[in-house]
Amino acid sequence: MSSQPPPRKQIVRMRVNGRWREDAVADHALLVDYLRETAGLTGTKTGCDGGECGACAVLVDGVAVPSCITLAARCDGHSVETIEGMAQGGRLHRLQKAFHEQLGAQCGFCTPGMIMAAEALLRKNPKPTEAEIRSALSGNLCRCTGYVKIVKAVQIAAEAGS
Amino acid sequence: MANDSKFTNQKFKLVGTRVMRPDGVDKVTGRARYGADASAPGQLVGAILRSPHAHATIRKIDTQKAEKLKGVKAVITSADLPDFTGGEGELYNVLENCMARGRALYDGHAVAAVAAVDAETARRALKLIKVDYKVLPHVTDVDLAIKPGAPVVQPGVKTKDKKAAPTNVANVTTYGHGDVEAGFGKADVIIEKSYKTEQVHQGYIEPHACLASVGPDGHGELWVTTQGPFAYRNWCATLLGMEMSQLKVTSSEIGGGFGGKTHVWIEPIALALSRKANRPVKLVMSREEVFRASGPTSPTSIDVRLGATRDGRIVAADAAMRYGNGAFPGIWGEVGAMAAWACYDIENVRSVGYEVLLNRPKVAAYRAPSAPMAAFAVESTVTLMAEALGMDPVEFRLKNAAREGTRASYGPTYGPIGIVPTLEAVKKHPHMRARLGKNQGRGVACGFWFNFGGQTCADLIIDVDGTVGLSVGTVDVGGARASLSLIAAEELGIPYEEVRCNIADTASLGHNDMTDGSRGTFSSGMATIFAARDAIEQLRVRAAKAWGIDVKNVSWKDGKAIAKGKRKSLTLKEIAEASPNTGGPISGHSQVVADGAGVSFASHICDVEVDPETGGTKVVRYTVVQDAGKAVHPDYVEGQFQGGAAQGIGWALNEEYVYGKDGRLQNPGFLDYRIPVCSDLPFIDTQILEIPNPNHPYGIRGVGETSIVPPLAAIANAVSDAAGVRMTHVPMSPPRVLAAIKASRAEKAPTG
Repeated sequence: MSSQPPPRKQIVRMRVNGRWREDAVADHALLVDYLRETAGLTGTKTGCDGGECGACAVLVDGVAVPSCITLAARCDGHSVETIEGMAQGGRLHRLQKAFHEQLGAQCGFCTPGMIMAAEALLRKNPKPTEAEIRSALSGNLCRCTGYVKIVKAVQIAAEAGS
Repeated sequence: MANDSKFTNQKFKLVGTRVMRPDGVDKVTGRARYGADASAPGQLVGAILRSPHAHATIRKIDTQKAEKLKGVKAVITSADLPDFTGGEGELYNVLENCMARGRALYDGHAVAAVAAVDAETARRALKLIKVDYKVLPHVTDVDLAIKPGAPVVQPGVKTKDKKAAPTNVANVTTYGHGDVEAGFGKADVIIEKSYKTEQVHQGYIEPHACLASVGPDGHGELWVTTQGPFAYRNWCATLLGMEMSQLKVTSSEIGGGFGGKTHVWIEPIALALSRKANRPVKLVMSREEVFRASGPTSPTSIDVRLGATRDGRIVAADAAMRYGNGAFPGIWGEVGAMAAWACYDIENVRSVGYEVLLNRPKVAAYRAPSAPMAAFAVESTVTLMAEALGMDPVEFRLKNAAREGTRASYGPTYGPIGIVPTLEAVKKHPHMRARLGKNQGRGVACGFWFNFGGQTCADLIIDVDGTVGLSVGTVDVGGARASLSLIAAEELGIPYEEVRCNIADTASLGHNDMTDGSRGTFSSGMATIFAARDAIEQLRVRAAKAWGIDVKNVSWKDGKAIAKGKRKSLTLKEIAEASPNTGGPISGHSQVVADGAGVSFASHICDVEVDPETGGTKVVRYTVVQDAGKAVHPDYVEGQFQGGAAQGIGWALNEEYVYGKDGRLQNPGFLDYRIPVCSDLPFIDTQILEIPNPNHPYGIRGVGETSIVPPLAAIANAVSDAAGVRMTHVPMSPPRVLAAIKASRAEKAPTG
């Protein structure tokens, strides 16, 4: 088998959790793989590889997107926030605190994506109704909780304010 | 005393409180490390080639081109694995399921695997492997598989008579007592009904993932998402010809299992690739692979016959239960047969379980495995009987419910059990009095699960600063560290925060059975109590030594050693600090076979709205009442109740494996295999009852599984009530509900 050249890469500059990075990234590299393997941020999870489960949700310019169907190269020049960037100065973000205290995480695998989707909601809509919370999180699958304590955690975080 | 497992009805200070979990911060910050989150220097990426055919002979596998691709470090097929042909059947089955040997038995069956420097190269290598298949006729339906002339999945399988022709019925088991036919002779009303449930998947969000490393010395390590690191260690070592002690298995955080992570799928392959490549190999399933080639639960076809007298007493019950096992024989029909009639006190009762082989993946456990389908058939029929007798369905159940002293249909005689209390609680629940809206219906159903104990081992170390480390070998599927820390702190009499619970790897603790059968808190809780009491013995010895008195005169209370008759005490911290000079480290240990798991019962109430124009359904209210024995951490008990109900709702209304005529799975993704999303579900209300298990010091039963048993039936009863037609096929998806409504209208319409 003749050896093929490695896939083409380009330099991508991305602001990840507030800090600019510069990496050589293959054209077809997915944002989730870039975050987990290049940036070492394994808090973002792969649950389905098709944008169906929300475990890989991150914020791109403040909007929740499934990073498993987003090309890393498309984020050149943009700001990406992951679960690792949520706690500031050793203090949990209000959503993290609420998920922890309300036991909104059971196995915890969907939790990072769930928190990022909830953060996107609260930035847009600081006082959501229960129906709005349920609708905003309907792209994030959880198989453990029946969503009861997740919805409660988002409500508590919303009440706590930013 | 130390290892007495009898219930003592002690007063608790910590057990039953809602503390924060010690692993909570890791799980909300992304620090928790799951199966795919570990890496090793020099690691390769593994990938598996899978059969596109439901049933085929593999004539030849040509891997030469793949092996020559730059960056490929190992290619394996069954030829690289031990051949158990003619040996122990179960070993053969488990390994053949991990890697096909000469024949592909279902769509997705692994046929070859590669390890390469990166995922891209691994994927390209798979495309270069040429497999020469001879496609064979296949069968994926339970009822078709048992018909004469059906394609035979396993030519070596014969039901009973070894001289008979091969069949797809791998085993038949019968449970019950009394004279069933005589019982039906006494019945005033007999109801017969047939039911069908489609195959569903546990749907854990974390795909199977592992990091395997085997060195040239034959020593290995495996990091893996699993419910049973010891079981995985034993399987992998045995299948690959390694000594168990040479393979260390560490369980990662587990992103859901529900029974599906009690079986090896990719792990022996990852180890074999690593051994061949002489480098660590990371192997992660895609979601499609999880659906096609892990272990969903059985599709079933069940016939039920129920006889009762006019006064509402069940006099005879019979069930024939056909459970699809996938391509390899299992015990799923048998478990269904055991669970079927467990809720009731019936004089003449029988259930027959059939293990049916299909060209589908090897079935694995799914939360109270086999019981939800049995409950769907039985509890639907029980409601039909109540209706036929003109009785309230709850009263009818109460009249026939099993009680202490009832001989269960599967053999044992019950001790104190919770089915009557759950039904009484349902009767009193405000949900039962709430008014139903237009097109809404209400259903009630009961459920039972055995629960399990098993081999368990725990270590408890007292550090010199007086804090405590607890090591257990069951994994934390959603709060175990918190519950077990509570138990250790309760026994020792110290604050909860001073205990740190660690999930041990297989090299650091004695054998623990898998975290299944709702046994985590029951059995590791028991082992923790005994390990703490073992440590207390030593703490008392040290205190007696310090005081120069006989240890018999030292008692332990509220975290302190107290000398009898004297005003002397030493705290745990003081004894720990002095320990280097009083005899060295202090630790407690226990190893038990945790017998006496307490059977568990639940009763659920469900309101469903049905759209008669589309057949669409919506669960509008749901209530779970279940006996926990003792709720160590009530929040997590509620979480288990709610999670089980939610999975049951998905199973009842949406989820199903859809196979095409070609035997290929049509919907191996969350888009087409739709599990409930946040906006699908209502608030799920819970009520915890505590009827102590007499065979546990704290009265703990198990709570994880029973909650998935009643939903199929409760929802079927509600949908049938709302739609005015009996639903007998799960899932009750819109097309099925609409077809049932239309058929019912056509039947009721005046003819001519």
